[in-house]
Amino acid sequence: MATKQLTGYRRPDGRVGVRNHVIIVPVDDLSNAAAEGVARLVPGTISLSHPYGRLQFGPDLELTFRTLIGTGANPNVAAAVVIGIEPRWTDRIADGIAEAGKPVARIAIEGRGDFRTIAEAARQAAMLLQDASECRREPIERSELILSIKCGESDTTSGLGSNPTVSQVVDRHVAAGGTVIFGETTEMTGGEHVILERCINETVRQKFQRAFDEYAELIASKDANLMGSQPTQGNIRGGLSTIEEKAMGNIAKTGSVPIVDVLDLAERPVRAGLNFMGTSSAAAETITLMAAAGAVVHLFTTGQGNIVGHPIEPVIKLTANPVTAREMSEHVDLDVSGLLRLEFGLTEAGDRLMAMTDRVVNGRLTAAEVVGHREFVLTRLYRSA
Amino acid sequence: MDSADFLAHRHGDDVAVAVRDISPGPVVVAYLDSDDRVTLTALEPIALGHKVAVRDLDSDFDVTEYGACIGRTYKPVRKGEAVHIHNLRSVRWPRSS
Repeated sequence: MATKQLTGYRRPDGRVGVRNHVIIVPVDDLSNAAAEGVARLVPGTISLSHPYGRLQFGPDLELTFRTLIGTGANPNVAAAVVIGIEPRWTDRIADGIAEAGKPVARIAIEGRGDFRTIAEAARQAAMLLQDASECRREPIERSELILSIKCGESDTTSGLGSNPTVSQVVDRHVAAGGTVIFGETTEMTGGEHVILERCINETVRQKFQRAFDEYAELIASKDANLMGSQPTQGNIRGGLSTIEEKAMGNIAKTGSVPIVDVLDLAERPVRAGLNFMGTSSAAAETITLMAAAGAVVHLFTTGQGNIVGHPIEPVIKLTANPVTAREMSEHVDLDVSGLLRLEFGLTEAGDRLMAMTDRVVNGRLTAAEVVGHREFVLTRLYRSA
Repeated sequence: MDSADFLAHRHGDDVAVAVRDISPGPVVVAYLDSDDRVTLTALEPIALGHKVAVRDLDSDFDVTEYGACIGRTYKPVRKGEAVHIHNLRSVRWPRSS
């Protein structure tokens, strides 16, 4: 394994990030225009536009709040500007992010209008960006990093090559004392027995079973035809025939270490090791929830060529599909298609992904970052009131 | 190791995955859990990533890949034929493919 020094940004709450973003957080759909206006006036800041945040209630509202606060509190973020239509929920998000000890500015649009909001928020954002530019990287330990993993537009090359490559990194990262989050509840269907056997104790096993059963019941309750949805058309084009086959390929990326905890959506892990979060299997939703839980680097495998990114969590993409590696190279950080040709083995593939992960930790921009993929997608539990 | 035409995850699996676009004819299947190799005759073109049956499969047969059941055939499949949604269906979510 590479022994070179890892560097990152140590934040006031002690957590370690690998990027130094200043973000503009709209609390609700109505505030997107102002947030985007600020981001245009202050290049180098990122607006996290999203379509929700009004008239939500109960656990669904709590999840939106937890996701927005968690994203702002993520150690890849140096500072945040929170913009909402009205002050109460704006304060709630801003106060939540400020608990991480980082600078947070806040402004509400009612009684002020977009133009004045943008002008005032842009002044704050500019100062925060200048201050953030003085944050310095410092030596960090691997054990301080939270990684997240997910696959998308998978095909059989995922289960054969790219997912077992991620497994190598999961096992090595956990062995070094690090934390990894995986999810994709529906894509355990047919392989859930494998996950249950790997839960570290009965409590975790029951939590996983509950999360899995809840999702299965949700899908059954809709009495829907999943034709073309699970597996996706891309999955099928790539040779995946059934949800069971997709699940076994999916699980092939989770390493061999025990599952130490089951997290609520966007919940921060407290135990080092491999954590499960009961997410959907949609890429941007899942990465958004994992980033909100504090993950700082995402390892994403693809077969047919999912191109997802995230505004603040760098997404490293790898594929074992030689056609995808060749035809969609601007989206691919690591080509492990040599595994299929038996040119090298999984240990070597794992070495290559470890090396790429370390480079991204140390500042190398991912394909998704340079191409500009910044998908930020909130998970809704049910309709607004 | 020399390259193969298909890779199978485990011994006992009923299917193997094409690692390149395959034309009908003799092909080599390598196993990921050992150095064993077997040869068989592909009976039809099989695209990169698609599966071949490594033995004759009856209809209503639970097909194994990764050492686990990945679905059930709804037609007989001969050794060397492609295995996909035209002859294999999910057991868990029968309406999904």
